[in-house]
Amino acid sequence: MPAVAGPVRAARPLARVRRGPRRAWRRSFALWRRSLQLRVVTTTTVFSLAAILVLGNVLITGVRDGLLEDKVQAALAEASTGSRTSQEAIDSADRSEVGVYDRLVPDLVRQLSKGGAADGSKDVLLLRGPDVSDPQAPLSRSSSGADIGAVTDDLRTQVQTRVVQQWTYSRVAREQGQAVPVVTVGSPVLVPGFGTYELYFAFPLDKEQDTLGLVRRALLLAGLGLVILVGGIAWLVTRQVVTPVRLAARTAERLSAGRLEERMRVHGEDDLARLAASFNRMATSLQRQIRQLEDLSRVQRRFVSDVSHELRTPLTTVRMAADVLHEARAGFNPAVGRSAEILQTQLDRFESLLADLLEISRYDAGAALLDAEPTDVVGIARQVIEALEPLADARGSALVLATPDGLCVAEVDSRRIERILRNLVVNAIEHGDGRPVTVRIECDGDAVAVAVRDHGVGLDPADATMVFNRFWRADPARARTTGGTGLGLSIALEDAHLHEGWLQVWGQPGDGCQFRVTLPRRQGAGELSGSPIPLEPMDSARRRQAVHAGEPYRRVGAPGGVDA
Amino acid sequence: MARGVKGRVLIVDDDTALAEMLGIVLRGEGYEPTLCADGDSALAMFREHKPDLVLLDLMLPGMDGIDVCRAIRAESGVPIVMLTAKTDTIDVVVGLESGADDYVVKPFKPKELVARIRARLRRAEEPVPELLEIGDVAIDVAGHSVKRDGAAIALTPLEFDLLVALARKPWQVFTREVLLEQVWGYRHAADTRLVNVHVQRLRSKVERDPERPEVVVTVRGVGYKAGPA
Repeated sequence: MPAVAGPVRAARPLARVRRGPRRAWRRSFALWRRSLQLRVVTTTTVFSLAAILVLGNVLITGVRDGLLEDKVQAALAEASTGSRTSQEAIDSADRSEVGVYDRLVPDLVRQLSKGGAADGSKDVLLLRGPDVSDPQAPLSRSSSGADIGAVTDDLRTQVQTRVVQQWTYSRVAREQGQAVPVVTVGSPVLVPGFGTYELYFAFPLDKEQDTLGLVRRALLLAGLGLVILVGGIAWLVTRQVVTPVRLAARTAERLSAGRLEERMRVHGEDDLARLAASFNRMATSLQRQIRQLEDLSRVQRRFVSDVSHELRTPLTTVRMAADVLHEARAGFNPAVGRSAEILQTQLDRFESLLADLLEISRYDAGAALLDAEPTDVVGIARQVIEALEPLADARGSALVLATPDGLCVAEVDSRRIERILRNLVVNAIEHGDGRPVTVRIECDGDAVAVAVRDHGVGLDPADATMVFNRFWRADPARARTTGGTGLGLSIALEDAHLHEGWLQVWGQPGDGCQFRVTLPRRQGAGELSGSPIPLEPMDSARRRQAVHAGEPYRRVGAPGGVDA
Repeated sequence: MARGVKGRVLIVDDDTALAEMLGIVLRGEGYEPTLCADGDSALAMFREHKPDLVLLDLMLPGMDGIDVCRAIRAESGVPIVMLTAKTDTIDVVVGLESGADDYVVKPFKPKELVARIRARLRRAEEPVPELLEIGDVAIDVAGHSVKRDGAAIALTPLEFDLLVALARKPWQVFTREVLLEQVWGYRHAADTRLVNVHVQRLRSKVERDPERPEVVVTVRGVGYKAGPA
């Protein structure tokens, strides 16, 4: 036992932790499955978002490429003009003058950084080539604030080896630590007497970057707006379709709940209007058929009731005539006398059949009314048993009444309860094979239960629901001997239901039956939640066996623990 | 009452076969039956024959059984036993409220009917002087009169019997079944509606406020008892 209990207990906290998110997930999944609108809106939004992302990306790339190409073309043109003028200036300098380059170079750099394109925001660097070794050679120069970082090693190598104009993108750090993309153009400049220098122009791309940022922001906003718009449109469109469908569903629910006059409103001539119209046609035809059936069954029930009533007066006359004959039978010859007796008994049978038929027809017509008053159920049971004592004696069955101390008062219709108990006890006597029949009564705060136990042939559990069917017989070959009409249990069931109570049966072949009726002690107090008597009797073979075989090892649960 | 005859019975029933059969059975039991086939002539025949008991079918051509019952009750306290084919509470209660003392549901056994008739005619065989009191209601059993503060209250014989049964044992709570047996002469409990309706009728006559009864008190879940003496 503990070996089993251990892991189960250990697993529990884990399950509790997992339950929260899992429940949320399940709930949203359920919502997803239930709402067509949610599904359509979500799918539309997701797909349009993806399309807009791809489109935007293509657009941004195009704009960027265009912007950069223009900038690079301009930069290249400006750089080549600059390097040409520089070369010319250097070439035309008077080389005899001492330190002419030390003066010329800074001038050149300054001029270059200022001239050219209108914005003038570019950096110029004139760097010593690797072959310049003369200490007298002019030093590398750069315009104010220029960053050597703009000139990558790759670019320098290319300028040095290819000896023509080269360019590349790179980034330089600006104030506030911001990296700015630049396009750097380099070309060699020959300084006579000293060697090859490299002239670099770094054009910052911050303007283009700003433009690109602007375009990107605009696109993002437009895309977002579009997605929301598309989602909204999808929501509206599906709403137009889903609302009538939901309305149809609601109307159908009302129809199935029995409100047959419920219809859908039809406007327009579109598909939805057609749906509504054909829905309404279906409802009308259903309503007509149901009404027809109802009328038919009302006529039928009315007929049964009328026939039963009409039969009563002639039956009374026949009954009295038969009685007069019966009284006088001593004076008849034996055959006529016996006929009078048979007439009498069969009239009794006919009468009880008619009475039961009438009672059933009253239930079918919904005309049965509950005349409930606080009544002691034990008292009713006692009367019933007293009245049935002769019948039980004739069959050799002893009637045993087991009652609690005191009264069991419940709000019941004593006439109906008496009839239920009479029917159950007669049934038990009839099927009890001459063994004792026990009537047990128990009550608790909410309910009173009466159990009628016999020890006869018993009942196949599969037949347990059938016993309440009209004219049902467990064994068709078995004759009715106590003159039951075959309607007794059906009427008893209806009587129990009228009290908002239960009538159930337990049975085992060879182990007898137990019918249990459970009645609420107060009418209108709501559903019964249990019965004071377990459905399976304590003395059933199974329970006896359980107690017997398991005595030293097992403990049997409290009464009612195995209640079916 | 003629000699050798237990009583005159007026049978009001439109079914001639049943009426004739009832006549045969009742004559066999020593009663003197008179037949009447419709409601309209019922009252006239009642006045003419002055029966000791009326057997009345509820469903009649012409004047309805209920109306006949009311009309007879308006001028006499004669026992009325209804014959009815309907057992629905409403039909039975309407019949009883219109003044019938008892009812028999078709189809009935002749013995059962005779027992009822006998029970209704049994009275007046015990003229023992007896004075009873419940609250401010004084009952003279032999004189068959009920008075409150000196003013007589008119009760039908059945209502009188009911009141006397309760008043004789003011300490006892009577179940409806016991009352049925003592007042109506039923051997087995038949229908407690009979008791309910007649208690209502009795209360409407003897109580100062029928809504708050002081003479015939309900004991919830059990039955009735005479009010505090």
